[in-house]
Amino acid sequence: MPEWRPSCSMAALQKRAVMLASIRRFFAARHVLEVETPLLCRAGVTDPNLHPFKTVLRKPGAAAGDPLYLQTSPEFAMKRLLAAGSGSIYQICKAFRNEESGRHHNPEFTLLEWYRVGFDLDRLIDEIDALLREICRDDLILEASERLSYRELFREHVGADPLSGSFEELAECSGTRGLPEAEALCGEDRSFWLDLLFSHLVQPRLGRGRIAFVRDFPAFLPSLARKKSDDPRVVERVEIFLEGLELGNGFHELTDAVEQEERFDRDLAVRKANGQSLPAKDERMLAALKNGLPDCSGIALGLDRLLMIMMQAESIADVLTFPTARA
Amino acid sequence: MATFSTNEFKGGLKVMLDGDPCSIIENEFVKPGKGQAFNRVKLRNLKTGRVIERTFKSGETLEAADVVDTEMQYLYNDGEQWHFMVPESFEQYAADSNVVGDAKKWLKEQDICIVTLYNGTPISVTPPNFVELTIVETDPGVRGDTSGGGGKPATLDTGAVVRVPLFVQTGEVIKVDTRTGEYVSRVK
Repeated sequence: MPEWRPSCSMAALQKRAVMLASIRRFFAARHVLEVETPLLCRAGVTDPNLHPFKTVLRKPGAAAGDPLYLQTSPEFAMKRLLAAGSGSIYQICKAFRNEESGRHHNPEFTLLEWYRVGFDLDRLIDEIDALLREICRDDLILEASERLSYRELFREHVGADPLSGSFEELAECSGTRGLPEAEALCGEDRSFWLDLLFSHLVQPRLGRGRIAFVRDFPAFLPSLARKKSDDPRVVERVEIFLEGLELGNGFHELTDAVEQEERFDRDLAVRKANGQSLPAKDERMLAALKNGLPDCSGIALGLDRLLMIMMQAESIADVLTFPTARA
Repeated sequence: MATFSTNEFKGGLKVMLDGDPCSIIENEFVKPGKGQAFNRVKLRNLKTGRVIERTFKSGETLEAADVVDTEMQYLYNDGEQWHFMVPESFEQYAADSNVVGDAKKWLKEQDICIVTLYNGTPISVTPPNFVELTIVETDPGVRGDTSGGGGKPATLDTGAVVRVPLFVQTGEVIKVDTRTGEYVSRVK
């Protein structure tokens, strides 16, 4: 096919337009405010697993410039709005992640991110469920959704406990389940062990014909979720899976500025140990938290992947006009 | 020797894995939203033909394998070795039964096939996708029966056995798809 042409069908263009319209209708009916925040950001992310695109701002006539980053998600800016008293908000925007490209990844993709003031995770999950059903109504027949515990799923499909299982146990389980290389790959990095085993052995089985909400993630996995009050080893985080694909990540948001800064510092320490760049902490976001973030829950949802499922597409390129290779 | 990083892995690339040359079949980038990125790679061991799945950290590298696919003419079998020749250079190579593997039942003298060389030694042989072979033995069918239903076994001059329609007779030349082992048509 000639390179100038879109990689998606006209049907995908139309489906996307219908999807966007139904999202806006959904939130309008619930009085959630649509907002826009900058795509070009002064502060980078500290998350060691995210690689932002970096560019340079040159003011007119200026010889030197200031670094700017393309946002990896609108999370920090939206939290600043929440702290400023916006109330519940949503945004449909592009996010950019370098070093992410594949059948389910395009370096530039569309996110739906929303925050609900006063919602705990359960209420947010109810709303995600309602929204997804509304969007998919004409394309998918979904059974009743499932709410599952990360730890139980991991025990069931991997055969070891993600929190307390020893590295020997994890190695043994992965070896008998067709991943003998896991031990050499993951070493003593528990996050890596969990990422590898969960994505290989658990995720493909999730959300077949129904939405799977996976809750209560181990606290040491990166997130901006608050710890569970009755079990600080897990956080109030939810991941959404449909047809084996990860669609989104939601949190009962951390509002504690001190703990937030500690997490930034921990990220930076990991980055330093990895020999990665050391971006400045987002001081404006921290200042907003210090000022007071209302109790809220928020979620980021990948709309391109949702469209993939609705259209039974094999590749994200099938639902994008011009994926980066053709942009 | 050159190395390739996971982001360069693509179908057909030949790399060394655990000391054996392998051909990459598929490379899937996997990244949990908040986690480590890795690549799930499917490879074929070119010596054993076995398909392996292996996960790598994104950015990890593998050494390139000195593997070349060369078109050669199959000459003859001396009872132990199968002999091939590069038509342009007349260079000859011999391969044993393990190397020729399943290809042997499709090899007809003079046919051009692909011989995979690793460090200059044959490690596998791929027959042409379609071969024309003579039926040396099959049950006589009912004349005029053109129904496809089931067919009957026929032994070919290379020793291969394929199912053919009932109307095809001993002595006829047929076209066979070597990838599926299926009868395609009669050859006039």
